[in-house]
Amino acid sequence: MIAKLVAISLTAILAQNFVLVKFLGICPFLGVSKKVDTALGMGMAVTFVMTLASMMTYFCQNLILVPLGIEYMQTIAFIVIIAALVQFVEMFLQKYIPSLYSALGIYLPLITTNCAVLGVALLNIQEPTYGLIECLVNGFASGLGFLLAIVLFAGVRERLESSDIPESFRGFPIALVSASLLALAFMGFSNMQFGL
Amino acid sequence: MWKTFKNGIFDENPTFVQLIGMCPTLAVTTALSNGIGMGLSATAVLVMSNIVISLLRRLIPSKVRIAAYVAIIATFVTMIDMLLQAYVPALSESLGIFIPLIVVNCIILARAEAFASKNGVVKSALDGLGMGLGFTIALSLISAVREILGNGTILGHSVGISTPAIVMILPPGGFLTLGLILGIINVIRAKKGGKKA
Repeated sequence: MIAKLVAISLTAILAQNFVLVKFLGICPFLGVSKKVDTALGMGMAVTFVMTLASMMTYFCQNLILVPLGIEYMQTIAFIVIIAALVQFVEMFLQKYIPSLYSALGIYLPLITTNCAVLGVALLNIQEPTYGLIECLVNGFASGLGFLLAIVLFAGVRERLESSDIPESFRGFPIALVSASLLALAFMGFSNMQFGL
Repeated sequence: MWKTFKNGIFDENPTFVQLIGMCPTLAVTTALSNGIGMGLSATAVLVMSNIVISLLRRLIPSKVRIAAYVAIIATFVTMIDMLLQAYVPALSESLGIFIPLIVVNCIILARAEAFASKNGVVKSALDGLGMGLGFTIALSLISAVREILGNGTILGHSVGISTPAIVMILPPGGFLTLGLILGIINVIRAKKGGKKA
């Protein structure tokens, strides 16, 4: 059991990194990665929401959708759950951690439309062997993978700010080329097998 | 009318100018057929959701509008998902999870909020069509480049590259292709004296 959970975690963080290998959550990855501390905040918010969303969607799938035989309502049901969760996290941050709330600004409501959150929910239920614990661990580890990628990328982008870059490549073009190199580095993990 | 339509393809191209909807842009563009399939599916959802949201724009209370838009969009995505599974299972297989993820494609929600909720039905439909085609063109361009360089084929036909650079159809190639295309667009704009993207 423990071995399986470790394997799930390592796969989600390194070998199948959500951002750099699976291409989920690219919008915040490019949008909120100019500074390391905002990237860290965004990464933690996403990890939190992904873990909770994994749990809620697991219950929704197994207690409501499957017994009623309406699995085709999945997409709609999941997105509603995620939207409600994000609203809750937003209210929580506004009340208790206002500095983080103002730093994340416009991107917090955008977690609703962060495909990483809906993505992990949909991927979880496609794995027939995943129970509640596996789904929770997978959601948490995938969030950590997102956090790792966005913080590393923000570090690279901070250095880019002070570099001499050709006029036409300033901003997004060079950021995407850097992301490409980061993805290349992560491909080093892709053939690792973690004894699943 | 023509301007509304053209806007999404050139001036406000969702991919190359607004840089939204990046996940499918990078993830499914490993082959031209996938790029076109994803582009057209998103276009269909975009046009239908724009029409419905425009029709209901006076009925939806502004406080719950985002939730209402998401529910409308999710309905159309579910329909497209089922249609693809039934009629083009191969495409549905290769696009995989990115079909249901059209729900969270920011292009669709952004057009609902910025355009369809403020404009009439015909204009909203045209806006959806223009944005959708702009998205499709962008995806086709990126996926054509990646398929030619990474697999040595175009729509499955060989183009005579004997040792393709496989990395181009792997994740790093996606970032690299989009970055270089944006850079090239900026060079062309600078030469024409236009503004930077």
